[in-house]
Amino acid sequence: MKKDVAIVGVGQSPFYRKCGMGARELCFMGFQEALKDSNLKPEQIDASIVCSAAEYDKQRSPASVIADYLGITPAPSFNLETLCASSSTGVRVAYSLIKSGLHDIVAVIGFQKMSEITSHEAAERMGRGGDIQWESPFGVTMPGYFGMVASAHMAEYGTTPEQLARIRVKSSIYGESNEKAVYRKRINVEQVLNSEIVTSPLKVFDCCANADGAAVVIMANAEKARKITDKPIWVLGLGGSTRGTALASRLNFTSVAVSREAAQAAYEMAGIGPEEIDVAEVHDCFTIAEIVAYEDCGFAKPGEGARLIDEKQTYLGGRIPVNLDGGLLSKGHPVGATGASQVGTITRQLRGECGKTQVEEAKIGLIHNLGGPGFYNYVTILGRD
Amino acid sequence: MGFEKFGSVSFTSESKAVDFLKFLEEDKMMTTKCQKCGKIYFPPKMDCNVCGSSETEWIEIDEVGKLVAYSTVMYGPAGFENEVPYTIAVVKFPNGVQIFGRTSKSIPIDNIKVGMFLKPAPIKLPPDKVSYEFVQS
Repeated sequence: MKKDVAIVGVGQSPFYRKCGMGARELCFMGFQEALKDSNLKPEQIDASIVCSAAEYDKQRSPASVIADYLGITPAPSFNLETLCASSSTGVRVAYSLIKSGLHDIVAVIGFQKMSEITSHEAAERMGRGGDIQWESPFGVTMPGYFGMVASAHMAEYGTTPEQLARIRVKSSIYGESNEKAVYRKRINVEQVLNSEIVTSPLKVFDCCANADGAAVVIMANAEKARKITDKPIWVLGLGGSTRGTALASRLNFTSVAVSREAAQAAYEMAGIGPEEIDVAEVHDCFTIAEIVAYEDCGFAKPGEGARLIDEKQTYLGGRIPVNLDGGLLSKGHPVGATGASQVGTITRQLRGECGKTQVEEAKIGLIHNLGGPGFYNYVTILGRD
Repeated sequence: MGFEKFGSVSFTSESKAVDFLKFLEEDKMMTTKCQKCGKIYFPPKMDCNVCGSSETEWIEIDEVGKLVAYSTVMYGPAGFENEVPYTIAVVKFPNGVQIFGRTSKSIPIDNIKVGMFLKPAPIKLPPDKVSYEFVQS
């Protein structure tokens, strides 16, 4: 097990439908929690990476004002964007900054204030979510892309709307106990199935919601990490993949190629296989996305992802517990903050701090963080001492 | 004709592939093939990223393909609110290309199934725009 770079502090603001504060103030909440978690002071941060999808930001190049508000200037800071995967990409870049010896301690600050723009502006941006030249003129939507994946998965493997609904039911059970989640109400299969269709076959409860929020991950080299904490969480594997925006260039629709490729690369770097993962966070922007993620991460064979949820193997106590913080479906999805929030959950699982959602003896965890409808995926594998 | 003539709402004003629209106006569905290495692209590419050549030729897509994925959109993005419901789809053709588009409203939504045979048909969108849609072969 490589012990070069560790996570030494994590923090997160609550996620809100509408936060009623500025983006920099949201970031402050997440950053202060991460500072307390690590016992670090702002002046000990050597560099920061500010991760958000710029399409939602009114502030051009927010890294400057946010670093200033957090009190971590003049250490170098910059913006980083890979849509919904932004802050997992931030973790990857922070790793390389530390491993290269350029910096000792780096803060990854993921945030999004999605309520900043009007619903019309949001609808306009949604229309540009795919290939603007060849797809957007047909009226594409983010749920539409995943509706297409669901249609193919159902046709090829017989996956059912009830199985999709079971993903949301699991999410609602764990979301109920996450104080920072937007949705904390339990729902049942019938409620999911009876909710209105957004884009076939996906219904309202098959979809995650936009949210405001910030999440922060502080990383350090081995020497500093040992001094900062007695529970460093090591970065064991990092995998990334990028593919073109055009749906027409996809290999197939029952799997997300970037996810498979990123997971493979992360397993290779960590020198382990999927059977060694004790707990995982996957990018459940839609219920179908979680089922496909089971398959793309190797937790199930292609076509057998839905069986995992049928058998409750991804519940606490199952073979591979997934999204024990409620996932995007319950937490809400503040695009730039999502990856850092997932990393925060796995870090706390590996430290044994998760109370009634704690996976017993969790040693190795995986984070799967997708950007756009298959443009990017960055997979992170973490391990404890 | 600029590229803004493509589809209900276009976000692209200029492209070297603008002839695609000229062909649609002539009722032909075309794509590009690299003259040097023979790779066929969809969407059309005026530059081949396999061999680096920018010498391409237009070829007609006159085959029948199979529907591989679809979704009927009930809430459209800005500019499409009045067009819902519509079905977005990807159709795979024997020559390997996959084409993204909408199914024709002449196909009842309940009849749309993965695996059905479809072909692209150029259409005119009044007053002066062009596009294509998938129709039953």
